Amino acid sequence: MTNEIAKTKLSMTVNGRQYTAEIEPRMLLVHFLREHLSLTGAHIGCDTSHCGACTVDLDGRSVKSCTIFAVQADGSQVTTIEGMAAPDGTLHALQQAFHEHHGLQCGFCTPGMIMRAHRLLQENPRPTDEEIRWGISGNLCRCTGYQNIVKAIRAAADMLASPQRKEAAE
Amino acid sequence: MNAPTPSREERELALKGMGFARRRTEDARFIQGKGNYVDDVKLPGMLQGDFVRSPYGHARIKKIDASKALALPGVKAVLTANDLKPLKLHYMPTLAGDVQAVLADEKVLFANQEVAFVIAEDRYIAADAVELVEVEYEPLPPLVDPFKSMAADAPILREDIQDKLEGAHGRRKHPNHIFEWTVGDGPATDQVFATAPVTVKELISYQRVHPAPLETCACVASMDKIRGELTVWGTFQAPHVVRTVAAILSGIPEHKIRVIAPDIGGGFGNKVGVYPGYVCSIVASIVLGVPVKWVEDRIENLSATAFARDYHMTAELAATTDGKILGLRCHVLADHGAFDACADPSKYPAGFFNIVTGSYDIPTAHLAVDGVYTNKAPGGVAYRCSFRVTEAAYCIERIVDVLARKLNMDPAELRLKNLIQPQQFPYKSALGWEYDSGDYATALNKAMETVGYNALRAEQQQKRDAFKRGETRELMGIGVAFFTEIVGAGPSRNCDILGIAMFDSAEIRVHPTGAAIARFGTKTQGQGHETTYAQIIATETGIPADMIQVEEGDTNTAPYGLGTYGSRSTPVAGAACARAARKIQAKAKKIAAHLLEVGENDLEFDIDRFQVKGLPEKSKTMKEICWAAYNNVPPGMEPGLEAVDYYDPPNMTYPFGAYICVLDIDVDTGSSKIRRFYALDDCGTRINPMIIEGQVHGGLTEAFGIAMGQEIKYDETGNVLGVTLMDYFLPTAVETPFWETDHTVTPSPHHPIGAKGVGESPNVGGVPAFSNAVIDAFAHLGVTHLQMPHDAWRVWKAAEKLGLVR
Repeated sequence: MTNEIAKTKLSMTVNGRQYTAEIEPRMLLVHFLREHLSLTGAHIGCDTSHCGACTVDLDGRSVKSCTIFAVQADGSQVTTIEGMAAPDGTLHALQQAFHEHHGLQCGFCTPGMIMRAHRLLQENPRPTDEEIRWGISGNLCRCTGYQNIVKAIRAAADMLASPQRKEAAE
Repeated sequence: MNAPTPSREERELALKGMGFARRRTEDARFIQGKGNYVDDVKLPGMLQGDFVRSPYGHARIKKIDASKALALPGVKAVLTANDLKPLKLHYMPTLAGDVQAVLADEKVLFANQEVAFVIAEDRYIAADAVELVEVEYEPLPPLVDPFKSMAADAPILREDIQDKLEGAHGRRKHPNHIFEWTVGDGPATDQVFATAPVTVKELISYQRVHPAPLETCACVASMDKIRGELTVWGTFQAPHVVRTVAAILSGIPEHKIRVIAPDIGGGFGNKVGVYPGYVCSIVASIVLGVPVKWVEDRIENLSATAFARDYHMTAELAATTDGKILGLRCHVLADHGAFDACADPSKYPAGFFNIVTGSYDIPTAHLAVDGVYTNKAPGGVAYRCSFRVTEAAYCIERIVDVLARKLNMDPAELRLKNLIQPQQFPYKSALGWEYDSGDYATALNKAMETVGYNALRAEQQQKRDAFKRGETRELMGIGVAFFTEIVGAGPSRNCDILGIAMFDSAEIRVHPTGAAIARFGTKTQGQGHETTYAQIIATETGIPADMIQVEEGDTNTAPYGLGTYGSRSTPVAGAACARAARKIQAKAKKIAAHLLEVGENDLEFDIDRFQVKGLPEKSKTMKEICWAAYNNVPPGMEPGLEAVDYYDPPNMTYPFGAYICVLDIDVDTGSSKIRRFYALDDCGTRINPMIIEGQVHGGLTEAFGIAMGQEIKYDETGNVLGVTLMDYFLPTAVETPFWETDHTVTPSPHHPIGAKGVGESPNVGGVPAFSNAVIDAFAHLGVTHLQMPHDAWRVWKAAEKLGLVR
């Protein structure tokens, strides 16, 4: 049988690093990240884009990387959970807040949840609890019941908005 | 000059022992995407397996032709039952004493059953090849309704055991019958019902649901033919049991098998059993000599592995006219699907369902359970509960409400009247359990006071009146549930799995610098064991929790244990942990006495050190003692500081709680708005309040999902419906209510630290609280029961039937 699928050239920036590869055009972004780049933080929980465990940031939008082909991200900037901490290892405010407020249990949804929360706080830096709940409604968690996740995101928003933090950023 | 001794408060804070809301040590890897789940395991030359599955619920397999699949470049092999037969691996034993087809043998018995296993170079090629395997079926009449399983004209499902009249639990009454299990005094119960002034009866069904952890089941098998060693990474809640089963099935000596349960993305009972995917990956790796990975997709997960519940419970209560319960009679029809793959201790085919007398002093009771086969996925597992305790709690908490309606009594008042009293503990129940401890009325009264129960009832009445006057379209419901669990299986005298007693284990090794590593036979799936076990050891030994590494899940290093499910980690392994730590402390004391040149009796333990009684400045810290354990022990003592403990619990533990749910139902849409949910839990001694609260939040959210929307449905032809996350209801942050948590503390008298376990309580107590609230909203209209799930459509149908809908 002839079933060889022609490969396509692809280049993208992931967590600030440039990657080029030749892949089958049908390869999903999540498999490219996990299997080609060994960035296994994005997880696969449903295959139907409901659970959000595979959420990454693509050119300033949250995307579910199981529902987009890698070639669709050609030339894009991708940020995954592995790119959230500062180069010196300092954790992002969201990572700190999830730890401090017990916003995770089994950890499987956590990378997607943090990546979604990261984009949410770009879109709306001071969300209400209600806005946080709607903002993460594309990400499922089976362990926490969300209450501590909401708390963590709120705390991270406070941290990111604090004057010292802003000064440091400037 | 020596640094000043820190204050006791400072030392307590540095210790982070029991009772401290210690932040979790496991978080660091998860928040940085560095967890190591099974699908993250990548080995050189690894192949990927995928299943060809049945499109029929019941059909004969006429022919399987894999030639086109095998011709596809990158496909390495296709396994069918015929390939497994010579190895006697086409069937595997279930934990319930039945056998389950690994790959369908001549017949398929449920939709999406595993028919062939394709092994290819990657998951894309494997998926292509699955489509190319041609299977010819002859459809057979499906059996979907469990109430028709034992009909004379019912199609016989299990031809493999058709002639086997004696099942694992006694005589089978019909080829589709699995077992009958009876407990209690039948004649005495019948007598009570014959003479009781008031009786009620209701068919209470607990629908088929699925635990649906966010990570599906997966495994990687790697056979090293040179060393003769098999390594299996898998989503295993009980890795040691998997190793033993693998040794028995494969014939590979158990010491040549290493089972590793790495990080697990939630289990909730889904990951206790052994599934065809595990067996096929192992066989494929043995045959092909390279590692083979298998990962379920979500449809496979929801339709083939580990459903839960599907219990049809006919419950009856007998009572006096003033509400004293005299007796309980219960019959359960248990739908196990095509194979009895129930995960229960061997002697309990219906788990601990005989906790169905609940929290009440019911003098006489009788229970009968019939398990039957249907053309559905095999199971059922304990979805965040201890072996059918959720079903039992739902049954009793529902029927008590039914009785309250009949007596025209308030449901909370009826409960208070019948709760087991503190002085009755240890309490022997009519169905055979000995409850360890409880102060039930205190808990229920506290819950009622906190929510302002009487005011809520008054408001409900006002709202009903306003509804009648046409001023509102909402009805208000108040759901009360008081549950008692039975967890921590269990005592070896009555609890075993495949003949292995359900003990658990801890091993602690203390290093010279005062750090330690501790390993356990359990396996965390998000419960935070790495954090909490260290807290137990910290309190018991004086070694700071931050200096203790906790490991689980690798059978080459961890002591043998029966795993994590049924809230057994804290009651069983937690006890082993405390006892092993006490052995460390006892040896440390001897070393301290030697170092301080005093008698052991002159010493007292104080947080992190031994000090001479009355002379606290004369002391040796654990850090100093640990060092001395490796260079200056008393004459005749072995050097080193380590301990192992295997704990066989004398009894189960009995956590309990009082939950109250308040909701408003819009009768025109059937949608329910949860106004308030209050959960009071008593899990005995509290090891880490932050983690307990997190467990309660998560369990309540699962209960909310079950009560308000989850159902694995089959149509009459045996098709399984709605098995993606588009249809199967997993609550998002938007629907999920805000949870109020509270507690009382009644330690277990027989547990070394008095802890009872908490992870499953909120699922057990949450479901009846929600369900009772929905039904309570319609109670004044004569409604005694509505079947779950209470999704908007069903609730709307109920309202419509009552003529409420405009």
